[in-house]
Amino acid sequence: MNETRNLTCINCPMGCALAVELEDGKIVKISGYTCKRGEEYAIKEITNPRRTVTSIIPVTGGDLDMVSVKTKTDIPKNKIKDCMLALKDLKVSAPVSIGDIIIADVCGTGVPVIATKIIRRK
Amino acid sequence: MINYDIVIIGGGPAGLAAAISSYENGCKSILILERDSSLGGILNQCIHNGFGLHTFKEELTGPEYAARYVEKVIAFGIEYRLNAMVIDITKEKTVSYINEQDGLVQIQAKAVILTMGCRERSRGALNIPGYRPSGIFSAGTAQRYVNIEGYMPGKEIVILGSGDIGLIMARRLTLEGAKVKLVCEIMPFSGGLKRNIVQCLDDFGIPLKLSHTVTKIYGKERVTGVDVSEVDEKMQPIPGTAEYFACDTLLLSVGLIPENELSRKADVAINPITKGPLVDESLSTSVPGIFAAGNVLHVHDLVDNVSSEAVLAGKYAVKFVNGLTKPGKTVAIQTTSGVRYSVPSTINPENAEDITVIRFRVGNVYKDSYLSVYLDAERVMHLKKRILSPGEMESVNIPKKWLSDRPNLAKIVITVEKE
Repeated sequence: MNETRNLTCINCPMGCALAVELEDGKIVKISGYTCKRGEEYAIKEITNPRRTVTSIIPVTGGDLDMVSVKTKTDIPKNKIKDCMLALKDLKVSAPVSIGDIIIADVCGTGVPVIATKIIRRK
Repeated sequence: MINYDIVIIGGGPAGLAAAISSYENGCKSILILERDSSLGGILNQCIHNGFGLHTFKEELTGPEYAARYVEKVIAFGIEYRLNAMVIDITKEKTVSYINEQDGLVQIQAKAVILTMGCRERSRGALNIPGYRPSGIFSAGTAQRYVNIEGYMPGKEIVILGSGDIGLIMARRLTLEGAKVKLVCEIMPFSGGLKRNIVQCLDDFGIPLKLSHTVTKIYGKERVTGVDVSEVDEKMQPIPGTAEYFACDTLLLSVGLIPENELSRKADVAINPITKGPLVDESLSTSVPGIFAAGNVLHVHDLVDNVSSEAVLAGKYAVKFVNGLTKPGKTVAIQTTSGVRYSVPSTINPENAEDITVIRFRVGNVYKDSYLSVYLDAERVMHLKKRILSPGEMESVNIPKKWLSDRPNLAKIVITVEKE
């Protein structure tokens, strides 16, 4: 099956419009890039797009009501929604330190969700 | 009256970096005055990642970036007051603040570093017709509600302005379950970073309409919808193009303005373009001993640049306190054809670092152009630039040698050239 995926390169403000032609899911042609970084970006975005997810969860007994969290590294882009759902009903209690593990392995990605803010006891 | 060598107004990224730099340069009498209940400033609500790539060579979230500086401030034992609102600064460097514990306090400083940051342009600055219903927020206010207080501002959202905070909030609100219907931008180009357009809008299928603006807000008690119209080259709405979008919330991400009410009280001269103080190579304002750094000076894209600017301000403030600032002839920096402003706007070669970084923005999108630097009539830099855009701050490095080799130099010119 042939398919063309259109991307915008994010490496610089040029924002080159990239077109990636796929045949049976394999990249056969990349066009539109004007430097090497554009080509590399296109390959990564098509074969293994990843994002870091950041959010907040409630804290009880802390000097703030919410603590910010993130996936320790980026996770596959198609897991973003699942990751948000996994965080939905979580709650922690103060104190919280930066780096505290909130979820050891989020959605089978092998990546932990960790706290990114210090919360002291009220 | 209480005395300190250096008083820093604001405990955000600029203030923290300035305090640490002042300390590391030998000053031990430092006070940070912060009006919020914690140090860190706006970084505390910027929970997304992408901070610190230049400074720490890793991608941190805002709170993590702030924490690295706060830890150092605490480890050094640098004094700070929270919930402390500075209400006056004089050109003699008397600083007055109020807070609940101390009441009204006057401090005599030898040097003051202004690091108050910026604030968001509000609806009042835009002249959008309609009632004054609830549901209209600046993007930064919504960011605080969502990320610090844990409240959602609404369910169906239209964002006016494609500044980075607006883009970041489009993603954030979508992840929290809201429907962001569109982002419209009056300019023909986005004011935000490319990476934010892709990762905050494209990833979630949120449309961005360039050359479009909100022309009417509906709703009496609560926003019920907005009209979005296309604009012409003069940014005037084109009749007949209005399209209605039902929504309960309108976010405004329409620009940031350096917050300089206090600077004006101290008679600090303000640059009408940046709305921040005019500064020299030492980041000294027009008032000797009053320095400025960060978004109070000019609005930055990257916190890393705020920090490095503030490090310099701290260093020069210590030099001033120790009487080591040299008088001397200054060289003016002129910006023309496309370059809107520069920070600093003058250089005294006697005080300059080995490399002076001059930061600036262009006023339009320029493709395949040259960024040129002239020392009087002599062109010393001619850099091919594939793109220059108002959304991305640019910089050029001026080696001290260029200046010391030319004792009669009158001006440095930074300009965009077609060839």
